[in-house]
Amino acid sequence: MHATVGGKEILKGVDLTIKDGEIHALMGTNGAGKSTLSNVIVGNPAYEVTEGSITFNGQDLLAMKTEERAHAGIFMSFQAPIEIPGVSMTNFMRAAVNARRQALGKEPLKSTDFLKIMREKRKLVEIDQKLMNRSVNEGFSGGERKRNEIFQMAMLEPTFCILDETDSGLDVDALRIVAEGFNKLRTEETSAMVITHYQRLLDYIKPDVVHVLIDGKIVKTGGPELALKIENEGFDWIKAELA
Amino acid sequence: MKSEQQYIELYNEAGALIKQKSCPVMNAVRDEAFRVFEAKGFPSKKVERYKYTDVDAAFAPNYGISLNPIEIKAPQPCKEGDARKQYVFSLKNAPIDLAPYYNNVADKADALTALNTALVHDGLLIYVPKNECPADPIQIDNWLQGTAATMMNRRVLVILEQGAQATIIINDHAADKQRFLTTQVVEVVCKDNSHLDMYEIEETTPLCSRFSNVYIREGRDCSVKHNSITLFNGQTRNLCDVYLTGENSEVTLNGCVITDKNQRVDNNTLIDHQVSNCNSNELYKYVVDGQSVGAFAGKILVEKDAQKTTSQETNSNLCASSDARMFTQPMLEIYADDVKCAHGSTVGVMDETALFYMRQRGIPEDEARTLLKNAFMGQVIDQIQLRPLRDKLYVKVEKRFRGELDKCEDCRLCK
Repeated sequence: MHATVGGKEILKGVDLTIKDGEIHALMGTNGAGKSTLSNVIVGNPAYEVTEGSITFNGQDLLAMKTEERAHAGIFMSFQAPIEIPGVSMTNFMRAAVNARRQALGKEPLKSTDFLKIMREKRKLVEIDQKLMNRSVNEGFSGGERKRNEIFQMAMLEPTFCILDETDSGLDVDALRIVAEGFNKLRTEETSAMVITHYQRLLDYIKPDVVHVLIDGKIVKTGGPELALKIENEGFDWIKAELA
Repeated sequence: MKSEQQYIELYNEAGALIKQKSCPVMNAVRDEAFRVFEAKGFPSKKVERYKYTDVDAAFAPNYGISLNPIEIKAPQPCKEGDARKQYVFSLKNAPIDLAPYYNNVADKADALTALNTALVHDGLLIYVPKNECPADPIQIDNWLQGTAATMMNRRVLVILEQGAQATIIINDHAADKQRFLTTQVVEVVCKDNSHLDMYEIEETTPLCSRFSNVYIREGRDCSVKHNSITLFNGQTRNLCDVYLTGENSEVTLNGCVITDKNQRVDNNTLIDHQVSNCNSNELYKYVVDGQSVGAFAGKILVEKDAQKTTSQETNSNLCASSDARMFTQPMLEIYADDVKCAHGSTVGVMDETALFYMRQRGIPEDEARTLLKNAFMGQVIDQIQLRPLRDKLYVKVEKRFRGELDKCEDCRLCK
């Protein structure tokens, strides 16, 4: 699959298969195209796929709108979660949950049921009730934003999750809470693509497969030991292999 | 023939009849007002305060004029023993002498005010005596009705005596699918230590044109909040001038404008700080969609003696479509040297990253846009003090953004 942003080719032929229940870690140098890959999968309109296809559970993702992909069970934890002034977390979540339910042919949740679910899921990532009355991500600390992403994931129960540098900016305790929250949410079907620069996240979220993306291509694929090697030695040895 | 000619002819023909149906205090200033109008004609777009509205075109069609009498009945008690006091009167049956007030707050040199003064035969008086506060908000519902294109000339005079307090809501509706042209002049006299919370809410139809001039004069220790809300309209031009003539007074002007299709809304405000130690706040927000055009021009004038003035003016606008246009002109004119004033305006488009974020969570694009527009306007609605009205407006604004308020919901057209 090839993709461009603003006319510039970023992904230059990525070939990747993630099976049900698998966790794939995606590592790579800055600007290699990791975030582009996630944005393309979830359907960010700023990115254009110029060649190739993306299939999710047999469905042609590229023919689906961003929100339809979300309804199908795709979720991305944003590297930099967006602030939405004036839209409260509660209203935002209600709109998201009920839109998905509607797409799946279910009745919208009753207000009391919705709030009950909110309460349960909040505990999972230890997020304060007072944040729920605030506008989406407005005035949230870096750690709170990342926790909020996992909270939203808990509410939406996706089957494929992209964690785009969810560990960045987190202290060790927050990292543990976020990672453990994610692990609790996993089912046998849940698969994930975890983008990270550091092994410490992968200590909690254990990958089945590790890929290295450099200059828009997956240049190396291996087991968890590959991440450890990169942690210790960086990417230079891979670049040397390629040269 | 320019548009004013037909109104000059109208006055020459019907002036006597209007006088006959009117009262001495209104007739006393009528001919002079007519002469001002005759001399000036309609303001062209070269006139600074009218540069965003084509007045001549709006007044060009042939409208019939309504001279129906205004009857105000004394309020009926809701239950026995609950005698309600009357605060609303017709100008003709005013309980006090109106000569010191009528047409004395308004800008006599404004051509539209002059035309209104010449043609209006009666109007409403809201009079709150000294230290009184009506138990309930005073609500005026204007219903435009008619089987032919009709021009309505409305006049409202609000007098709050010393220490008086009032909440006034003026609603504009149209009951018929007909072309209506409204001129309105509202004069507000706030005597020392009086407090007014006022709302004007327009929910008419694309066939309606509204030209409203509001003039507010505050004495000392007063507070006035004026909220102008245009939910649905055709063409609207609102002028609101506030004169701060006594110390320690404050004024808040809030505006909420929502337009789409070919609607036009032009708000033009002036806050004149004539004396020291007054405070003014202004916040106007627009969401313009479709091919609609919005305009805002607001001037804060701080005169030489108005030391220690504090003033804040903000105009924020959201262009929700690429064809919608917004003109904005915040102005500060300061002649005093010890003041704290700020003014600013923004015109923005929908936040694409926020839209994407919401859609990634499964919120459909239309819904996401509605949520963002609603959130944007929420800041103005949050300012509304009257709780039931605020709650009602949250619902109405949301409905408006969902396209469910194409006509005013209470009117018989929609039933």
